[in-house]
Amino acid sequence: MTDFSRRTLLKTAAAGAALGLAPAYLRHASAAEPIQVAGIHDASGGIDIYGRPMINSLALAVEEINAAGGVLGRPIALKNYDPQSNMQLYTQYATEAATKQKASVVFGGIISASREAMRPTLRRFRTPYFYNMLYEGGVCDRNVFCMGSTPAQTLQKFTPFVMKRFNAKTIYVLAADYNYGQITTKWIRKFASENGGAVAQADFFPLDVNDFGPTIRKIQAEKPDMIMSVLVGAAHNSFYRQWVAAGMKDKIPMASTTFGIGNEQVLTSPDEHNGIVVSYAYFDGLKTPENEAFLKKYTARFGEKADAVTEASAMTYHAVNLWAAAAAKAGSVDRDKVILALESGLSFTGPAGKTTIDPKTHHDTLDTYIAEVRDRAYHVLESFPQQPPADTAAVCDLAASPNETKQFVIDVKS
Amino acid sequence: MDYALIVILQLVVTIANLALISAGLAVIFGMMRIINMAHGEFLMLGGYAALVSHQAGLNLWLAIFVAAPVTVGLIGAVLERLVIRRLYGRMIDTMLATWGVSLALVGVVTVIFGNRVSGISPPLGSVPIGGYAIGLYELLTAGVTALLFLGGWIVLRRTPVGLIARGAMQNREMAAALGVDPARVYATTFVTGAAISGLAGALIAPITGVAPSIGSVYIAKAFITVISGGTAILTGALSASALLGSVNTAFSFVMTPVLGEVALLAAAVLLLRVLPRGITGRFFRRSL
Repeated sequence: MTDFSRRTLLKTAAAGAALGLAPAYLRHASAAEPIQVAGIHDASGGIDIYGRPMINSLALAVEEINAAGGVLGRPIALKNYDPQSNMQLYTQYATEAATKQKASVVFGGIISASREAMRPTLRRFRTPYFYNMLYEGGVCDRNVFCMGSTPAQTLQKFTPFVMKRFNAKTIYVLAADYNYGQITTKWIRKFASENGGAVAQADFFPLDVNDFGPTIRKIQAEKPDMIMSVLVGAAHNSFYRQWVAAGMKDKIPMASTTFGIGNEQVLTSPDEHNGIVVSYAYFDGLKTPENEAFLKKYTARFGEKADAVTEASAMTYHAVNLWAAAAAKAGSVDRDKVILALESGLSFTGPAGKTTIDPKTHHDTLDTYIAEVRDRAYHVLESFPQQPPADTAAVCDLAASPNETKQFVIDVKS
Repeated sequence: MDYALIVILQLVVTIANLALISAGLAVIFGMMRIINMAHGEFLMLGGYAALVSHQAGLNLWLAIFVAAPVTVGLIGAVLERLVIRRLYGRMIDTMLATWGVSLALVGVVTVIFGNRVSGISPPLGSVPIGGYAIGLYELLTAGVTALLFLGGWIVLRRTPVGLIARGAMQNREMAAALGVDPARVYATTFVTGAAISGLAGALIAPITGVAPSIGSVYIAKAFITVISGGTAILTGALSASALLGSVNTAFSFVMTPVLGEVALLAAAVLLLRVLPRGITGRFFRRSL
């Protein structure tokens, strides 16, 4: 019995190896069978403020494509997984999406820790993966496409902009204590020192910290010229409230790399957020025809009270459309063919303007903006069209080394 | 000078915060020996009770000082009648039962309000101290904590009600023989503990915001404080808060807030190694 099953296993393995992509090939044999697509976003827990608008956009994009006849004549079957802001569940669901659901593509991941939890799994199972949140840059993996903005696209302009606006030389950084916060702080150090300033102090906080009293006293002692908030998640939101309660609102100005991507402008009051300056690749107040049309559909589908569209939400919409365009171009949803099609420099013009995939880094060239938060809305102060992903490009060339899998980390000597 | 003052005020606020989140547990666990794993959820419910009644138009102070303790006290009364009453004297069983209650409460609140953080801005603004400032609301919270402990002391030490409660907890049979109904005393004490937790949760809510799972942030700290404090509930909770709060604040200022939390836990471990019966197992033994 043992021998028999082992032999069967070996045979199957040999057959599988010989045919290579046989299962994928067999799957497109029947044309009407739906294409499996997975979305893995936190719909609950402390990270859900980022996840909810992304899940909406994913559903909207898939429904639109299905209404227009699907991809290659086949409808998309979307399955959403909720990892509940728990990094272990990300690995589990990524495995489930790749093996049980046999998804052709995965959209998802919010905080960088979740992306790094899923990336090796999806690479091992050869399932293409779109990560749509802005992040610290440097991921170099041919199986992954990063759609969000990275520090060279935002912080490089943003840091000197806010230093000039606030007439600031010293910056106090408050950051979330995981890879995004740590690496973003290094970038801030680099750009601050390049512009004649310095990071006076950087404090890091685990995601469940919600008491910032001692830190606010430390800031008062340090007297920096400005604050840069790299805080992440719902618990950290209480910082903005405690900052105002401590009477610091108009004493030290604040900029943030994260305020608003969880729609914090809705969760805090105007007293708490007026004057904070942020920089992203999308704001829901953009007056382009594509964005206005998109927002109309979004509101019609999810109602007036739905979570406002964020950069990550808009980029999720772009990602689905780019993937669908690539599949159509490749004439297949096979992983290698779709990746090749995406690497042909595919672009999509949507709510966030024109985004073009950079074949060497699998990041994208996109428009970025600097805006001020005022009365629950963003007022764009400056825009920077078509920014290339220069940070990742400096360290990553997937055309030359397609087997690279690591995330490069900037090395800043302060 | 100003800086020293602001550090001292921060220290007072941190200590008061620990004492406040532990007060309800000190009554329920310290007095009644019920391992109340739902203590964090009592705090959370207090926060929601204040938030919801304030959003419904109630004055913020009434919401915090009346609506929250009354609501959580009522919830405590129901729980006592349905669950806790059957488990007096069975410590491990109370732990399991209240843990179940805790999960159920988180679930119900998540269904009603969604798993998201809601908040009210802290009222009152701030007081400037030289070049520094501290939120007036945080100082008020510290003041309320002091009053709460003072009130507790007066009730337990100076009133017949307190005497009966202490007597019934110490020797149930003897109290019954003397004509006291222990079931009523236990129920009243549990409800009081729940109401204090509700008030504490409501007081903290404007500072931290509320979310269905926020109880988990407090539960460990509350238990550590009460256990480190030892048998005398009021003095114990206060002295443990003072010690652990000072360690936390010192490390937060000198190093980082994260190390402050680590130092707090390390201090508690060390303390229980040296004084297994808590601070009041060795010092202030005749206090309350």
